[in-house]
Amino acid sequence: MDLKLKIWRQKDAKAKGQFELYSLNNITKDSSFLEMMDVLNEQLLSQGIEPVAFDHDCREGICGMCSLFINGRAHGPDTEITTCQLHMRKFKDGETITVEPWRSNGFPIIKDLMVDRTAYDKILQAGGYVSVNTGGVPDANAIPISKEVADEAMDAATCIGCGACVATCKNSSAMLFVSNKVSQLALLPQGKAEASRRAKAMVSKMDELGFGNCTNTGACEVECPKGISISHIARLNREFLMATAKE
Amino acid sequence: MIKLDSKIPEGLVAEKWDNYKAHQNLVNPSNKRKLDIIVVGTGLAGGAAAASFGELGFKVKVFCYQDSPRRAHSIAAQGGINAAKNYPNDGDSIYRLFYDTVKGGDYRAREANVFRLAQVSNDIIDQCVAQGVPFAREYGGLLSNRSFGGAQVSRTFYARGQTGQQLLLGAYGALNRQIHLGTVEMHNRTEMMDIVIVDGKTRGIVTRNLVTGEIKAHFAHAVVLATGGYGNVFFLSTNAMGSNGSAAWKAYKKGAFFANPCFVQIHPTCIPVHGDFQSKLTLMSESLRNDGRIWTPKKKEDAEAIRAGKKKPTDLSEDEKDYYLERRYPAFGNLVPRDVASRAAKERCDSGYGVGTGQAVYLDFKTSIERLGEKVIADRYGNLFQMYEKIVDENPYKTPMMIYPAIHYTMGGTWVDYELQTTIKGLFSTGEANFSDHGANRLGASALMQGLADGYFVIPYTIQNFLADEIHTPRMNPNEVKEFIEAKEAVVAHVNKLMSVNGNRSVDSIHKELGHIMWDYVGMARNKEGLNTAIEKLIALRKEFWKNVKVPGTSEGLNIELEKANRVADFIELGELMARDALHREESCGGHFREEHQTTEGEAMRNDQDFTYVAAWEYKGIDNLPELHKEELKYEAIEVKVRNYK
Ligand SMILES: Cc1cc2nc3c(=O)[nH]c(=O)nc-3n(C[C@H](O)[C@H](O)[C@H](O)COP(=O)(O)OP(=O)(O)OC[C@H]3O[C@@H](n4cnc5c(N)ncnc54)[C@H](O)[C@@H]3O)c2cc1C
Ligand code: FES
Repeated sequence: MDLKLKIWRQKDAKAKGQFELYSLNNITKDSSFLEMMDVLNEQLLSQGIEPVAFDHDCREGICGMCSLFINGRAHGPDTEITTCQLHMRKFKDGETITVEPWRSNGFPIIKDLMVDRTAYDKILQAGGYVSVNTGGVPDANAIPISKEVADEAMDAATCIGCGACVATCKNSSAMLFVSNKVSQLALLPQGKAEASRRAKAMVSKMDELGFGNCTNTGACEVECPKGISISHIARLNREFLMATAKE
Repeated sequence: MIKLDSKIPEGLVAEKWDNYKAHQNLVNPSNKRKLDIIVVGTGLAGGAAAASFGELGFKVKVFCYQDSPRRAHSIAAQGGINAAKNYPNDGDSIYRLFYDTVKGGDYRAREANVFRLAQVSNDIIDQCVAQGVPFAREYGGLLSNRSFGGAQVSRTFYARGQTGQQLLLGAYGALNRQIHLGTVEMHNRTEMMDIVIVDGKTRGIVTRNLVTGEIKAHFAHAVVLATGGYGNVFFLSTNAMGSNGSAAWKAYKKGAFFANPCFVQIHPTCIPVHGDFQSKLTLMSESLRNDGRIWTPKKKEDAEAIRAGKKKPTDLSEDEKDYYLERRYPAFGNLVPRDVASRAAKERCDSGYGVGTGQAVYLDFKTSIERLGEKVIADRYGNLFQMYEKIVDENPYKTPMMIYPAIHYTMGGTWVDYELQTTIKGLFSTGEANFSDHGANRLGASALMQGLADGYFVIPYTIQNFLADEIHTPRMNPNEVKEFIEAKEAVVAHVNKLMSVNGNRSVDSIHKELGHIMWDYVGMARNKEGLNTAIEKLIALRKEFWKNVKVPGTSEGLNIELEKANRVADFIELGELMARDALHREESCGGHFREEHQTTEGEAMRNDQDFTYVAAWEYKGIDNLPELHKEELKYEAIEVKVRNYK
């Protein structure tokens, strides 16, 4: 297939960026989106143009590193999928494809399509864990956990921290991301003891880092590559209320 | 010749680790604060170690090349993690896990290390559950287990098809807690470029900040490399795009011996290669072999018709299918170890029974879906089926998956002693980066176990035996000490050299060429002539690289081509060492199959008489041959046998 690519180019964090238009021919529909980007970069290299910088690593939809906004959608026109798993068969021959970085105050652009997501690490550092040290813990089967609860915790825990929810939300809210961790650990007996303290610490960190409020539009849920439900936000709100009520 | 001292403790194999811990030196709490440790890597091995060091009170600096420690390639592990809990009451024990691992490794692993691994395996599961890792559970609320290759018991714990992700997020949580408490300082998007040695001891590293391009030296009393495997030598592998061998390679060039580089694991169940533009191969977890059956058509005509698109696999009746693993290995069937399964697939395809492009076999769930229903299968492997469908555009619930072996894991790595210390004092290596526990072949679900064993339960002890003598070593200022300044200058010079070649070939084109050489001559089947050819080609490719590589842009600021060039330069040299190691090892064992050494039935033939040793290579300069050192392997608790899965 032959394509036109409209790609956001920005030299560094401070520079003003702009779209550039490139043509690319003979792409097979079985290649992945990022393989198409590799071909583009080889072409740019041979023309003496600096390749487009974009983040990626595992290329199998689990590390959460890839992060492109394609034709106005986080991770492009397919559902429950990351950019690295998106295949060219989802596009039409001759199509113009627009590729942008995540756009959010919480995620400043580093270069071209790469953004800085360390804000996510900071939110989790504020409390996204069970406070246990290595060693001296009870036997793994000492506390039975019903399959339903374990499954629901696992649903929340599948978050890959890619940032699609923030990039999609008109308020740039990180509530779905925060709620995953809060919900996973609040569901499990191991994490219950700290549940409301954790919720409060993580939410205040999120606010401090410039993410917006959640107004329940539900857009994040639609674009989450792991299909994580906004019902976890409700659990986060409960834990948060309990924390503030205690004060 | 330097004699390798593996420092295996006295006593019976089952008592060694307890003896070691009872007599080792420890550092008291007030002194821990005065000691700095650098950890390179935030996968299971590095993340777990860094968090544990922080908890103990050391001052820790951690580095990774990704934008967050949570993205280390451990995240991609799918199937599960082994432990000798024996929860299913099916006859498992520490001894049996130890035995299976040594046997699976084709008797080329160090007994004492493997026994310790089996001993601490149970603590890992306890630890992860305490961290809130949502392992799969039965309706009664207790933990669920599945089977993996090379074992006749169910000892694998899992979290859907995302076990690595959940374990890593557990370790990442522990790491985050320490970062929050201030004991650990995290450096994301920072690549280690070299180690710094002062008076014979490792005292730090030089790094390049991948965003700003800044090159900087860092001091520590000890350095731990947990930088993962080097499978990307082959260009196409199941590793992440950034996975590299550079940290281990730089250490090798500074004096850390490299052990068994030719022991590479080829995983039998990956999505087959489909085109030149392809950038990586995707694994379909080994756990699928619990419920999937592997076959090719019995008749060549059927295979040909399928390849030509004239027939579909679902058109064939049961007796037209050859379940070749069940036929050849009735005792283990589809669950034979990876090396055996991979070679069997290659044999079928080479004989003309392959499907797809000819380089593929079927993995079929029909029988299991009939027996258990689609719902149960979806529950067990849903995300893997989804991944397959997104990539191949076929529904594996309806038609069998196509699979083929691919490079997956490297058993070889930096040589370490029982304490996980390399041949350079103060430099340690853990996880996939070291060579220690898997011999010539790793069993499924054992890498996660090893990474976390090393990180949580081994190195937090053994490093103290070294650090106990360092409490009087004051911190050094990297800007003032000669060795740091020189190491930094050397890295700057290396980067400038990469930038200044200014040829006309992209890094990727050279990397792909390297991959082809490695796959053709140092891949699933090797022989003397091919290995000699590989060495010649690799030397020529190294020269081509330094004459013709093109790195655009500048070394200041973010430059992805520069990052890749630095790694590929090392891969080419490492590839050559792998070929030399494969050439010298005149036997077939585990993942290393020399065509000259096989039975008439095509099974691997070991040569225990001459090769029951670890080959540890010492760097002697780029234009000289490396020197071979042998660590003889002694088996006291296990009788060495021919591996038999029939
Ligand atoms: C697709 C896949 C599935 C797998 N499934 C299983 C399974 O089910 N069960 C199992 O037991 N094993 C499995 N494995 C193997 C297992 O996942 C790995 O062997 C293991 O996770 C390696 O962990 P590690 O901590 O040693 O390294 P990694 O997780 O690879 O971490 C390496 C770290 O080092 C850093 N790093 C590397 N080089 C540098 C440098 N130069 N400078 C700075 N930082 C650097 C990286 O940033 C990263 O943080 C699988 C592997 C793959 C690829
Ligand atoms: S590259 Fe890892 S999720 Fe896309």
